[in-house]
Amino acid sequence: MSNSSLLSITNLKAGVEGRTILKGVNLEIQAGEVHAIMGPNGSGKSTLASVIAGREGYEILGGGIRFKDQDILDLEPDERAHLGLFLAFQYPVEIPGVNTTYFLKSAINENRKARGQEELDAVAFLKFIKEKARLLDLPEDFLKRSLNVGFSGGEKKRNEIFQMAALEPTVAVLDETDSGLDIDALKVVANGVNQLRSPERAQLVITHYQRLLDYIVPDVVHVLYNGQIIKSGPKELALELEAKGYDWVIEEAGQAAAVTSQS
Amino acid sequence: MTTETLPIRPEDPFLEALQSKDPSSEEAQTWLVPIRQAGIAAYSQNGLPTTAHEDWRFTSLANLREVTFDLSLAPSTLSAMELESLPDPLQGKESIRLVLVDGQLDEGLSSRSLLPQGITLMSMKEAIQSHQTSIKAHLGQYTYGNDSPFAALNSALFCDGVYLHLPAGVELEIPIHIMHVTSDSSQGRVSLARNFFHLEQRASATVLETFCGPNKGAYLTSPTLECRVEDQAKLEHIKIQDESPEAFHMACVYASIDREAHFKSHYLSLGGKLSRNHIRTHLNGEGLCCTLNGLYLAQGHQVMDQHMVVDHAKPHTESHEYFNGILDDQSRGVFHGRIHVRQIAQKTDAKQTNKNLLLSEEAIADTKPQLEIYADDVRCTHGATIGQLDEEAIWYLRSRGIPRATARRMLVHAFAGEIIDRIDHPCIRESLDQLIWDQLEKLPHFHTHTSTDPS
Repeated sequence: MSNSSLLSITNLKAGVEGRTILKGVNLEIQAGEVHAIMGPNGSGKSTLASVIAGREGYEILGGGIRFKDQDILDLEPDERAHLGLFLAFQYPVEIPGVNTTYFLKSAINENRKARGQEELDAVAFLKFIKEKARLLDLPEDFLKRSLNVGFSGGEKKRNEIFQMAALEPTVAVLDETDSGLDIDALKVVANGVNQLRSPERAQLVITHYQRLLDYIVPDVVHVLYNGQIIKSGPKELALELEAKGYDWVIEEAGQAAAVTSQS
Repeated sequence: MTTETLPIRPEDPFLEALQSKDPSSEEAQTWLVPIRQAGIAAYSQNGLPTTAHEDWRFTSLANLREVTFDLSLAPSTLSAMELESLPDPLQGKESIRLVLVDGQLDEGLSSRSLLPQGITLMSMKEAIQSHQTSIKAHLGQYTYGNDSPFAALNSALFCDGVYLHLPAGVELEIPIHIMHVTSDSSQGRVSLARNFFHLEQRASATVLETFCGPNKGAYLTSPTLECRVEDQAKLEHIKIQDESPEAFHMACVYASIDREAHFKSHYLSLGGKLSRNHIRTHLNGEGLCCTLNGLYLAQGHQVMDQHMVVDHAKPHTESHEYFNGILDDQSRGVFHGRIHVRQIAQKTDAKQTNKNLLLSEEAIADTKPQLEIYADDVRCTHGATIGQLDEEAIWYLRSRGIPRATARRMLVHAFAGEIIDRIDHPCIRESLDQLIWDQLEKLPHFHTHTSTDPS
């Protein structure tokens, strides 16, 4: 493993309720890189995102995940967040009664506390998040509203990116953040992700559509199929998938597997 | 309302005392005699109900029957120092304060210096004599014929309480705080405050009622409040029940609301062994709005019951009931809410929700929302939920770096906050928010659930 590796997944096998979904995933993300994961429905994309972020209810059946050269499989989701990991949800949760500002302040300060940094005071915090909100073109009153309650689909996704911008994670995993977005919202979301790009950070973008990758240009594109990454390639691979679908990749992988088993 | 006649239990704690009363010879005010007699008659019909009675199916009065109550106890006194030691949500804020000790107004502890001219706020005992003509037409008129045995008991025996009157157009900004305190002197005390708030047209007021008592001893507080809110008047009423752990609190609130008036009544239940809010609102004018909003927070073996009927008697009326319960240990929360829409009450807009959050495996919530609709052009919705904290929400918060225990606290607080946020008066809202926060911190399973965390 190289020194600049941020996220390193080796032979990861995981499932839920006795069903194996991830059947040996290998993925290596270096600092400064953007990786995209594409794949047909049911291939395990969202499971991979959830397992990386530490969602309860998934059984880890083998392999490992290292983040900044630390084994994180035994860490709680909040501890992973403290290390600088972030998951943008495919379906952000509505939480009535929890004010967005209060939530963000708690989240930011929990992270700062865990990292041994001083907590932000009220004035500094408000200034900080108002700037971030402007970036994401979010309605002004949303900071006062209950978290995601009454938000449109697009607002919820923008709120995910807004939280990401505010928490400034080292590695962000975006789980189908583009689904349900119109082109303008998509640009806003992509802009938010691009703002975060830096030589010290990395992003893992999970998507169904090549469209998002016009705006967030990945360094590597992977195809996840049946719980395994069956092909990886440069950004052009996304265009090829868009034009030709997944069948040819699946077929190719099948032949390669057959060759391997013969030899 | 149906009245079933069931055999009266021989151990009824009040029946004998009531039946030995003779109001026509004992009551000094002749106009009160029929009110007293009606109370005795209504109580005598059934006595204290058993769980065989539909309205009391989930709330047993067995514990109350075991206590020997002493109706003859004279009210005790409270020193200024003892009073200061009691929690006051309006401490340090401008307020008009009346203190009732054992159901009787204590002038020395009360402070009415901020009461503007023209507004009447006084002891009911005194008002019965001095303001007879103003009260006579109203007292006992809004209780649906003493439809609760506790209202009946109150009508038969009350000796004091609070009379509030605002003339037409008078708006009172400063909140009135009525502190109902049970003194520490003896067991088996019964406090029966009778209160009447009368807001004439376009008047407005905020009234906070708090109930507390000594740390030990079984006692009964059974206040009855009648409200008349006339055209375009606005009453915000906040009731906090924080009685001692062995206490019984059986409150009745009746409100008759006129055209374009606003009645907003909040119920916060924290203490007592067994408590019940019996609420009946009569929506009696077009364009009015009635909001009943409550939070009950129970632990140990506490039983908290909210029992309400909203009676839509005129067209174009609007009502909302929001009650949230947070139940820990082996406590029990009971909600019964009936929206009654009379045939004439077209264009009724009624909404009712009851949500219960169970923090332990053994807590019980009983909820019974009911719609009884005789008009055909109405919008009525109701919903009830009983459940635990939303694991999806906890996961979402944790993924942002918020530890599980903090996430739980945020969600429980939010659940309570939904109710607190509906209080209009800013000082009271803020101080209740703090009160609830402190109270939640004391719940045994606030931080961790019984089944998911062995610690």
